[in-house]
Amino acid sequence: MAEDINSTSETTIRRIREYLKENKRFDKRKTDEFRELIIEKNISKKAEGSVRVRLGKTEVLVGVKVGTAAPYPDSPDKGNLMVTAELLPLSSPRFELGPPKFDAIELGRVIDRGIRESKIIDLEKLVIKEGEKVWNIFIDIYSINDDGNLLDAAGIGALAALKIAKLPKYDEEEEKILYDKCEKNIPLTNVNPIPITVHKIGNKLIVDPTREEEDASETRLTIGISDGIISSMQKGGIVPLKDEEIFEAIDIAEKNWKELFKKIEKIIK
Amino acid sequence: MTEFERPDGRKEDELREIKAKVGIIPNADGSAMYQSGDTIAIAAVYGPKKMHPQHKQNPKKGVLRCTYNMNSFSVSDRIKPGPSRRSTEISKIIEWALEPVLDLDKYPNTVIDVHINIIQADAGTRCAGINAASMALAHAGVPMKDLILSISAGKLDKTIVLDLSKEEEDFEDGDGATDIPISMTNSGELTHLQLDGKINSKQLKKAIEMARKSCKKIYDVQKKALKDAVNVGDK
Repeated sequence: MAEDINSTSETTIRRIREYLKENKRFDKRKTDEFRELIIEKNISKKAEGSVRVRLGKTEVLVGVKVGTAAPYPDSPDKGNLMVTAELLPLSSPRFELGPPKFDAIELGRVIDRGIRESKIIDLEKLVIKEGEKVWNIFIDIYSINDDGNLLDAAGIGALAALKIAKLPKYDEEEEKILYDKCEKNIPLTNVNPIPITVHKIGNKLIVDPTREEEDASETRLTIGISDGIISSMQKGGIVPLKDEEIFEAIDIAEKNWKELFKKIEKIIK
Repeated sequence: MTEFERPDGRKEDELREIKAKVGIIPNADGSAMYQSGDTIAIAAVYGPKKMHPQHKQNPKKGVLRCTYNMNSFSVSDRIKPGPSRRSTEISKIIEWALEPVLDLDKYPNTVIDVHINIIQADAGTRCAGINAASMALAHAGVPMKDLILSISAGKLDKTIVLDLSKEEEDFEDGDGATDIPISMTNSGELTHLQLDGKINSKQLKKAIEMARKSCKKIYDVQKKALKDAVNVGDK
């Protein structure tokens, strides 16, 4: 295969592995430590809720929009949720133009399941007229700069954007959404799911990899967790995981959930 | 003189508040943000780099490839993600607007990618995108003869104004709204001109003259943002 100037060199990958044997990382972080998380809210006035999330040099924008639609035939008494992710060529020389590739599709689907399965959105309260008209909640994710771990950044953004998102008024006579009249929040339940991805490099587990570390990763496990309750998981990559590694990964996720959620709580207030 | 009051109280030739910042996307070779009022555009430049696939290479000069994309949540009614007929046309218009100042002969067989993303839209998104792209290209070190400045001129009923907001674009009284997005070099040559509405030659002349004057201000904004980005490391 031709040398790709955008991929991490074998030398760097070898060095990452050697460092990790002594529990060291290039940026001096602990193996189970996230980069600095910065969340900025209301980055688009046209969204019902929007945030910019930075994890080190990684940056994503997440916006919540609502619309109305007919409910799905199998859930006439529930609103709809739709999550999409675009890995913009703007954010990395690796992302190409064209229809969404696997990474973008998987990212959107894993975030979708983390939100959906945790039941954070009270979809039953999003019915305008049963069987006919319900609210559609769209969560859209855009990468702005990829320096690794876009998925966790996107998941943090999705939770934060939902937490601050408003529900516009619906004019039933005119059948129109009054976007400038937002009084209520989107009905949420008392869970706060965040996806936390643990990567295995050599026999070490790390979180929040940089781009280079992600390239060195042999396998990964994304854990959608809220206060100790897991509601979604996805293992990615070929290398298998042992039971004890899975449970260590869950411990790491639980610990980080607490710290990440504290930061999200701060911006909601 | 017609008595006309703009909804946000601006004077006829008054631009919305501009913010500009260069160097916002670490992965890119060049990047910039341009904000005009509530319209926010970001742009990233990658290249010049080898063009793939090979059959798209031009042995005589480099290729400029622009993509304009609006975030789904940049407007009230969500836009379906991905390219549309509108974004395809605007992308090409932006290529035409920018290419005249680039010296692409020096980079045969390469491509320069300019990716523009609209984060928040309140009219004038292509102009904001072009201003962001102009700065991002300069930031990437692509040789340029000049910067490209972009502004939308317009006519609300009988009054010529600059930098229309969405509310003004939707103006319907009298002759309604005419929207004239224009881009030009700092030396004043037009590289992009579009028009939607109803206008005569004399009024158009006035609109272009007003736009040309305001582009001097935009030039200063772009230049300052570029200088600020360079000076950051000078401590």
